[in-house]
Amino acid sequence: MDNLLAAFAQAFGLLISLDADLLEIVGLSLRVSLTAVLLAAAIGLPLGAAVALFRFPGRQGLVVLLNALMGLPPVVVGLVVYLLLSRSGPLGVLGLLFTPAAMIAAQVVLVLPIVAALARQAVEDLWQEYEEQLRSLGSSTARAIPTLLWDGRFTLLTAILAGFGRASAEVGAVMIVGGNIDHVTRVMTTAIALETARGDLALALGLGIVLLTLTVLINGGAELVRRWARDWAP
Amino acid sequence: MTPRPVTPGDEAPRTSEGRFDVPILPLELRDLCFEAGGRRLIDGLSLRIEAGPRTIVLGPNGAGKSLLLRLAHGLLRPSAGAVLWRNRKVAGAGRGPRRQAMVFQKPVLLRRSVAANLEHALSLHRVAGAERRRRCGEALEATGLSERAAQPARSLSGGEQQRLALARAWALKPQVLFLDEPTSALDPAATRTVEEIVQALHRAGTKIVMTTHDLGQAKRLADEVVFLHRGRLVERAPANRFFREPQTREAQAFLAGDLLW
Repeated sequence: MDNLLAAFAQAFGLLISLDADLLEIVGLSLRVSLTAVLLAAAIGLPLGAAVALFRFPGRQGLVVLLNALMGLPPVVVGLVVYLLLSRSGPLGVLGLLFTPAAMIAAQVVLVLPIVAALARQAVEDLWQEYEEQLRSLGSSTARAIPTLLWDGRFTLLTAILAGFGRASAEVGAVMIVGGNIDHVTRVMTTAIALETARGDLALALGLGIVLLTLTVLINGGAELVRRWARDWAP
Repeated sequence: MTPRPVTPGDEAPRTSEGRFDVPILPLELRDLCFEAGGRRLIDGLSLRIEAGPRTIVLGPNGAGKSLLLRLAHGLLRPSAGAVLWRNRKVAGAGRGPRRQAMVFQKPVLLRRSVAANLEHALSLHRVAGAERRRRCGEALEATGLSERAAQPARSLSGGEQQRLALARAWALKPQVLFLDEPTSALDPAATRTVEEIVQALHRAGTKIVMTTHDLGQAKRLADEVVFLHRGRLVERAPANRFFREPQTREAQAFLAGDLLW
């Protein structure tokens, strides 16, 4: 019990003194997850909208696939990206394995289905409501995509926040493709796993507090978005 | 609120919409049929709509009034027959001329500000820059919504939302405006305002084609009446004659307030 209290005290000490190692780890975590989420949104939002609006063979299968991929196990994603990026893999020449870029790639794979599937649903619902009006105004289906993405911005922002929550909290994928190398690819989740195993509870707890705070902030942000949305779409 | 009449065509905006003074009317519906779910909802309807008089489409519920408007506007593709604008056949849904607009029973407004709703419609018609700003301001003023420009469109009252839908149509300067029961969900005051805007559009030279189930409204607005029953054109006549001495049994029964089926 005393050990635990001491660890908490030390953890707060690290946080208050803005410990350099801790800041570096938090910084890399944010850089990797934010970049991954931005990339996933840039691809996933138009992709989801296109699947929502266009009719093509295999569309139903794609919708089911996107929904299923929302629950991809991070370790499996890590494994697949590892195989692709490993020296003997098809993308081995890029030399990306055990770099932050590999971690970003793995998290994009994790987050993309979440953003795309939620965007597909949101845009399809809006299209139901808007189609006749937009066609009357002379909009083509393709031109409707930016209109619907903007009008669904509140729902989509929530989807992006959900994606960020998933990216920042996962361990399996970044551990496998990043390797948890000190000062290079060590992020919050992998550091917590390692430091707990090594018995350095202070750093693990400090990072745990940061991660938890981040989750609370994300949910707070989602709530703010919902309130903001009510003003625009009562 | 008195809508300010604006003369369309008083300038020839350089936009991709085509010049206003190139007419798209007359509109001709030729042996139009529309089927859905194995039922024939519009049945061999032929109708020629000329520029000028306000055309009111009357008929009991289910007569096909809304379908007629949607087919003419190009939102639906006829099962048989043709829609012709100025003797040119429309190739498919959404392929008709652009200088037409439609106001729906329940307006669908974007989740944006009042002004942004107008800007979006104008951008779809590739009207940009100073011309876009000018038309926005004009449409807001004509519909009495200038004060509301920055407000979220969805926070407007029902009557104001319908006015915004009319402003959106106004900004596009259509030659033909289809209105599908635009006041059926509104209270009398809001209905009156909508009717005033419709009149102002008519005075400005826009051809009005409107459905209603409100006989009082039809009497106030109609120059000519197109009477539908069971997907067929039953009677067409100048308004005063239609209301004074309807020629067909169906129209007589409808005006007498009998149930028609």
